[in-house]
Amino acid sequence: MLLDVRHLTKTYDTADGTFTVLSGIDMTLDAGRTLALTGESGSGKSTLLHLIGGLDTPDAGEILLDGADVAAMDDAARAKVRRGTVGVVFQQFNLIPSLTVAANIGFQARLAGRDAPGATEALADKLGLTEQLSKYPEQLSGGQQQRVAIARTLAAKPRLVLADEPTGNLDEATAANVLDLMRDLVTETGAALMMVTHSDALASRMERRLHLAQGRIA
Amino acid sequence: MNRTILSALLSHWWRNRMQLFTLLAGLALATALWSGVQAINSEARASYDAAAQTLGEGQYDQIRRSDGGLIADATYIDLRRAGLRVSPVIEDRLNGVRLVGVDPLTAPGGIGPVDVTNDDFNAFLTGRGQVYGTAAALADVGEIDADKVISPDVAPGTLLTDIAVAQRLLDRADGFDRLIVVPGQTLLQPALADIAPDLTRQGAQGADNDLAQLTDSFHLNLTAFGLLSFAVGIFIVNGAIGLAFEQRRPVVRTLRALGVPLDRLLWMTALELCVFALVAGGIGVAMGYGIASLLLPDVAATLRGLYGAQVAGTLSIRPLWWLSSLAIALGGTALAAGAAFWRLYHMPLLAAGQQRALAMAAGRSARWQAWSALVLLTVAAALVAAVAVAGLEQGLVAGFAMLACLLIGAALALPYLLDRVLTLGQAMARGVLPQWFWADTRQQLPGLSLALMALLLAMSANIGVSTMVSSFRQTFVDFLDQRLAAELYVTAEDAAQAQALQTFTATRTRAILPIQSAEITLADTPVSLLGARDDTTYRENWAFLASSPAPWDAIAAGEAIAINEQLWRRTALDIGQEVAIKGRTFAIAAVYSDYGNPLGQAIMTEPAFQGLFPEVTALSFGLRLPAEDVPDLVAEMEQALGLPEGATIDQSGIKAFSLGVFDRTFTVTTALNILTLAVAGFAILMSLLTLATMRLPQLAPVWAMGLTRAGLGRLELVRALLLATLTAVVALPLGLALAWVLLSVVNVAAFGWKLPMFLYPLDYARLGLFALIAAALAALWPAIRLARTPPADLLKVFSNER
Repeated sequence: MLLDVRHLTKTYDTADGTFTVLSGIDMTLDAGRTLALTGESGSGKSTLLHLIGGLDTPDAGEILLDGADVAAMDDAARAKVRRGTVGVVFQQFNLIPSLTVAANIGFQARLAGRDAPGATEALADKLGLTEQLSKYPEQLSGGQQQRVAIARTLAAKPRLVLADEPTGNLDEATAANVLDLMRDLVTETGAALMMVTHSDALASRMERRLHLAQGRIA
Repeated sequence: MNRTILSALLSHWWRNRMQLFTLLAGLALATALWSGVQAINSEARASYDAAAQTLGEGQYDQIRRSDGGLIADATYIDLRRAGLRVSPVIEDRLNGVRLVGVDPLTAPGGIGPVDVTNDDFNAFLTGRGQVYGTAAALADVGEIDADKVISPDVAPGTLLTDIAVAQRLLDRADGFDRLIVVPGQTLLQPALADIAPDLTRQGAQGADNDLAQLTDSFHLNLTAFGLLSFAVGIFIVNGAIGLAFEQRRPVVRTLRALGVPLDRLLWMTALELCVFALVAGGIGVAMGYGIASLLLPDVAATLRGLYGAQVAGTLSIRPLWWLSSLAIALGGTALAAGAAFWRLYHMPLLAAGQQRALAMAAGRSARWQAWSALVLLTVAAALVAAVAVAGLEQGLVAGFAMLACLLIGAALALPYLLDRVLTLGQAMARGVLPQWFWADTRQQLPGLSLALMALLLAMSANIGVSTMVSSFRQTFVDFLDQRLAAELYVTAEDAAQAQALQTFTATRTRAILPIQSAEITLADTPVSLLGARDDTTYRENWAFLASSPAPWDAIAAGEAIAINEQLWRRTALDIGQEVAIKGRTFAIAAVYSDYGNPLGQAIMTEPAFQGLFPEVTALSFGLRLPAEDVPDLVAEMEQALGLPEGATIDQSGIKAFSLGVFDRTFTVTTALNILTLAVAGFAILMSLLTLATMRLPQLAPVWAMGLTRAGLGRLELVRALLLATLTAVVALPLGLALAWVLLSVVNVAAFGWKLPMFLYPLDYARLGLFALIAAALAALWPAIRLARTPPADLLKVFSNER
């Protein structure tokens, strides 16, 4: 089992008191499988994704990734997880504006020490970005930027791809296209894919679906 | 991984070259001004050290004849036989260059160009002899009958040789100018007065009048302005680093999300800044060298004129200087980047990714600034009160603390003050466009505040220093008119010629005023005592700062003396107090101003002086006669008495020389002022250019609603002028406060005299105009760029693709 989440709880302090975002979440995900995470706004989907990705720390519970508890790791160890095991595709793309498309695609792979000659060009070809390789992110459309963000994650060959509404900024046709690409590439690399989405149509195309409501799995 | 992180960090600068240029230029300018001043200071100090090491000046007691004449060889032998370990020195001008002859066998260790244990010693003493000096001094002396040896360690403008060689070159048979007293004398010695009553021993120059101490005040002023200029530059660097960090927040967040550890990111960012600091520091050091090379001749002339200190007119590259300059560049960068690093360290990984550049000074940081300003200005006010009420006039530390509190406090208060004024303007504005203009100006304030602070500092420094200089000059001119009342000044070569001169001029002048002096000690302070002839010249022209009733009568009666302001302020001596001079008691009847003289001085009437110092013969005289008769008298004296050229100097010549010395003194500070103002103008330009790219989302909606791009450009220009004007309004009182501190506190502590403060409204108006022109020029380029922004760029603001 690649991912095993046990009794995960996360709270935030607000002006009105303590707000529980996630409460006792248990879930698993095997390598090579796809999972859609759905729910209303504020149900805790993104928080769960961030916790699994080592971007945030829970108040209680365990996140076992390949048997290692991400929740118990210090900042440096979690950074290593983000660099090597996990790849996150953000809704806002989070590209580095001062680097070219080619440099952005190869960036995380170089950080992880997994860059291979020709890998960037091959991914760009698959994602239809070959003509854009020398351009900067600001010169691309939203759909193109999202494809660059996906390529950047996949180029690093993570074992778990976490996608936070990766098609939220895209039109329906482009969104469907991007999802197909992600599924194909995940299948090719044998990674697991966990995707947050509001779209029932997209969620139905994933192998499993988890619905969150008020911080619990419904 | 490090290379990957560094490539991402550096790519920001590659894509934002203007920001990189701002950062490097700001740091280079800051370092240049600082290192330029430090280069001058280190060159001057090296010259003092060389003088002290080669000639023993200031280090050892010296014996001279009371009347200034030569010490006979026989007297020297008597002293040596009596057990006094003294070493003879002769010195005179050779082809216009000072030639000093020392006896290396008897001189204290360290004096002289060669070591007695060295192989060079034989060459120094034998053959044609060797003359040591700097390359410039050796070139100036021309062809001489001795071997020239270049030595950078010899004091500038001085040649050093063996005493026998000096006697031959100067064509002097016997006699010495002075004797150096070697430290570690035997205890059982007869008193000097018993062996040679016509000789006086002068103590090694102590802390109060040591050459370095005298010139320290000058260098302190230079350092203060260098530091101020550096502070203005650091404001630019702070702004550039702050904006760069703010713009890179989303990138930093992305890097961390992609697995870059925070500590590694911080180290890489620090490394990146270190490289920039070293590059900019290197450029700054080179620019500083250029500035120092340009200014050093004036500084050297100033120090020579004011203090008689010889400073080389050319610059050497000293490792300590450029290393310390690079260190200050690194330190300045660290200072400027400190807050940015702190924010980066505490930045949450998942916080909203929007840029905060325009809100940098908003909220908590703005409140912190305002409170800090209040505290600093309160401390400054307390120090001012301490000076005004408690008379805390001594101590440069208090003066500079006051300056620092005033300047930093006012700079920190500026954004708050401007915000209040802009809020008021917004409330009073009628019409939608003026209201938007005021509100938009207010919104831009955080991004421009650092540049405006730099402008405030530059302008207030300009007002403060120009007020001080102009006040000083006005006072000095009046003072010269009073003190240089005699129409002609004459110096005789010896006592016989002095006597002949007095006889010759007795019937040709209204009055002859001998200028005679002796060195004494009053209240443990070395003092030059003048013997003045009772004459209306003194009574009519010398203005006293404080006096007892009828002071001149008491002085003329031989019962009292007058002391100069420096002595008055540095010691506990006061009006009415009695002092003993060679066993006689005198009351202090008056205190006179004595600008330009760093030493203590006192005057008594001529008969009393002659009674106490019969061995002193006046060689210089001031002559009172109708001004139109001066040329004829000079011609007659030269013919009748054989006075050499240069022995007579008329009043206008002395005044011109004195004012020339004075004007050169402030050439350096004026140059620094202009440079500082230019740097502040540059800061505004860079801030506006940096902000210009971030302004489009705010300007595009206004453009879409019907304002033309040219109209927007004009408003940008008006905005810069408005902010510069408001800053100038704040700078005026701050500059005047600065001038008051410089005149009433720093000057008193550094030079020993207090100057009246005069106001120069026209100068301030001209400076304000320069500041507005600088701001307008700085805003012009960004305004033109805005006016020419393609509509497509403005439209991007409304599209999803931005």
